[in-house]
Amino acid sequence: MIVPRKELSFWERLYLPAILSGFRVTLRHFFKKKVTMQYPEERWSVPEGYRGAPYLVKDQDDRTKCVSCQLCEFVCPPKAIKITPPGPKVNKATGNVEKEPADFEINMLRCIFCGFCQEVCPEEAIFLQKDYSLTGQSRDEMIYHKQKLLELGGVHQDKIKKWEKKEQEAKAQGLTK
Amino acid sequence: MEALIETLTQSPLFYATIKVVMVMGLMLPMISYSVMAERRVCAAIQDRIGPNRVGPFGLLQPIADGLKFLLKEDFTPDHVRKAYFWLAPALTMIPPFLTVAVIPFGSTLGSQNMVIANLNVGILFTFSIVSLGVYGIVLAGYASNSKYPFFGGIRASAQMISYEIAMGMSVVPLFMLVGDLNLGAVIDYQASGAWLIFKQPLAFVIFLVAAFAETNRLPFDLPESETELVSGYHTEYSSMKFALFFLGEYAAMISVSALMVTLFLGGWTLPFLGLNEPATTVLGGLLHIAIFVGKLGLFMLLFIWVRWMLPRFRYDQLMDLGWRRFLPLALANIIITAVLLWITRS
Repeated sequence: MIVPRKELSFWERLYLPAILSGFRVTLRHFFKKKVTMQYPEERWSVPEGYRGAPYLVKDQDDRTKCVSCQLCEFVCPPKAIKITPPGPKVNKATGNVEKEPADFEINMLRCIFCGFCQEVCPEEAIFLQKDYSLTGQSRDEMIYHKQKLLELGGVHQDKIKKWEKKEQEAKAQGLTK
Repeated sequence: MEALIETLTQSPLFYATIKVVMVMGLMLPMISYSVMAERRVCAAIQDRIGPNRVGPFGLLQPIADGLKFLLKEDFTPDHVRKAYFWLAPALTMIPPFLTVAVIPFGSTLGSQNMVIANLNVGILFTFSIVSLGVYGIVLAGYASNSKYPFFGGIRASAQMISYEIAMGMSVVPLFMLVGDLNLGAVIDYQASGAWLIFKQPLAFVIFLVAAFAETNRLPFDLPESETELVSGYHTEYSSMKFALFFLGEYAAMISVSALMVTLFLGGWTLPFLGLNEPATTVLGGLLHIAIFVGKLGLFMLLFIWVRWMLPRFRYDQLMDLGWRRFLPLALANIIITAVLLWITRS
């Protein structure tokens, strides 16, 4: 296909119309609303289902949901998760809860935010949440421990109420008071 | 002590020195803040905000930039011609400052005329110094001893020499009207009548375009066109030496703007409120300096705005425009002005 080259009129060849229209365009943009988002103060709204950093959650009765099954530790592709199981002693203060981990570490420098841990968790105890810019002054600081993960994770409304049902079952069988 | 002060104030060097310090003190912040203005205006045209973090409204950005330039490694590549490599940045910085010396930047302040050197051949001096500006760039291109700076240097020399001629020719009618080469006389002429931009609009347009070419600003920034020549003549430069080229470009813009204000916009005068007369009070003198700086600022804004408005010319278009359009136009303008003068005065 041959595109015919348009013959320019004398006025157009003067280059002045180009300058004028250029000036119009720049002037319009000069007073337009700016698109810049001033990052640390303004942030974009994170969409639903976004895979941010994985944090541990508690249920509505303030109990840690994780039971140290270590499935997430096993499935984690970059091996970012390290769980320290509680051992034989069970913390009585948390009520009738199985094996709350002694420590739960996620190395955020290794984590690839893939979401396998959330997918594999049988207790719905770990979720990828909305944080996307994690910062720290050292490598140690970037390893998040149980306390910090729980604080950041917040509460997950547990509709099944697993521990309540377990307690009722135990009562029905006369295993507890 | 009193005798010392008396001999000091009697000496012509005394006030000249004070004026030099004044002008430098005005010009250096203007250079750094025009860089800042460039970044903000560019951002606004591109729907961005621009640097606004350092200090209130980002006003301390030039200081941060300066610090950065000072702290960067001053690297001299192995393959350059060392002596010229060091000389070139200084040579680009000097001419713009020299040009400003003959420009009247205000009327009077006390007993003094606000011009560093009241030369009778002011405009000739300006043109001779402005044309020295090309040496720094050519020398940088030659000293860098590599291909892109070399191309930049070659382009700069051809471009600047070409537009020098159109520029020189465009102001001839002005001096035919004024009848004096002294820039102070040009201002007096404009104060008593209309500004020369209204009497010689064609000369103004040619001078303005030539000024863009002389200062290597877009749409004529071929010596440093990033897309083809990396960054042209200052490709091999870093740190403070690069900063000198960078600031030299803005200094050149300021000096050319000052020249245009003087030649076409009536310098420090305004045609109302009696601001056409030389000031009698100190306040009036300061006001005149402020008017001059204000007009200068308008031209700087034009320079900056055009950079973000127009794309770069092709090299043959640039040469065509200079030699085959502006030079004949400027010559025709001289002849027409001469004929008109001859008719009106005889």
